[in-house]
Amino acid sequence: MKDNFFIGGKLIKSRLIVGTGKYKNFKETALAVKASGADMVTVAVRRVNILDKKKPMLTDYLNPKKIKYLPNTAGCFNAEDSLRTLRLAREMGGWKMVKLEVLGDKKNLFPNMIETLKATKILVKEGFKVLVYCSDDPLLAKKLEDLGASAIMPLASPIGSGHGIQNKINLSLIIKNAKVPVIVDAGIGTPSDATIAMEMGCDGVLVNSAIALSNKPILMAESFKYAVISGRKSYKAIRMQKVLYGSASSPKKGLI
Amino acid sequence: MAKIQLNGKKHTLNQKFSLLGLLKKFKINEKKIAVELNGKIIIKSKYNSVFLKDKDKIEIVHFIGGG
Repeated sequence: MKDNFFIGGKLIKSRLIVGTGKYKNFKETALAVKASGADMVTVAVRRVNILDKKKPMLTDYLNPKKIKYLPNTAGCFNAEDSLRTLRLAREMGGWKMVKLEVLGDKKNLFPNMIETLKATKILVKEGFKVLVYCSDDPLLAKKLEDLGASAIMPLASPIGSGHGIQNKINLSLIIKNAKVPVIVDAGIGTPSDATIAMEMGCDGVLVNSAIALSNKPILMAESFKYAVISGRKSYKAIRMQKVLYGSASSPKKGLI
Repeated sequence: MAKIQLNGKKHTLNQKFSLLGLLKKFKINEKKIAVELNGKIIIKSKYNSVFLKDKDKIEIVHFIGGG
């Protein structure tokens, strides 16, 4: 059974999108990405270290021709800075699909939704395909979709906190409302959190810290791969109804 | 001689440099970066024809790991 995943008209071969931050080194990053089976990875835009003669570059370890780069705006706290970052990212290699992430608070890293809405509107107008990190507010998620976002990416819990999905009702409402893909971004702590998100009907999950900060990132990346596949298949299969009393699995007929 | 600000730090250039020349001086692969000059993005095809002058502010960015 075909179950293709499209974002903004583009086929994404895995419903697990992974971040490339917080790893020990680029080698570990590349191995974890490979083990995860991800087809798309998030990357950040930063200044080149001019004086470092060796200049190891992420692109030397993860070939952007083989894996889709999704430039983010991590560290931006207003629309203007995020636009600047993504325009530079587009210039770097023609990336039109981007992750917008405008933060509002330095400690809890919740998104500044006012600036996020502002930036989304401009980016869509400039031809970007915008995947938007957002709060788990069903009204704002719908507003983002109306503005032309290619995917809605509500947080499960604060970025990098590993608390899993804290507000299942909101997430369910967002999924029910959305016509574009819903991808849980931020807060996933374990593969089982990812499975739950997928079973709820999310179209994908974005994971970074839960893999990179585990004891064995490459093994964890592989575990996430199966967790997302498992959750998706479970969602498609539609779970059994819950009942109050026990219901025997073995027939009574022929009992000795 | 031109005093420029490159990625937030002051540099003095003793000769005339094009953007491409500057990238070569610092051994930066122009295919893997993007450049902003005084707040404006410079497209790659212009690297050779844009020359740096006093008080220019240059940002050279690339992709790093991120979530």
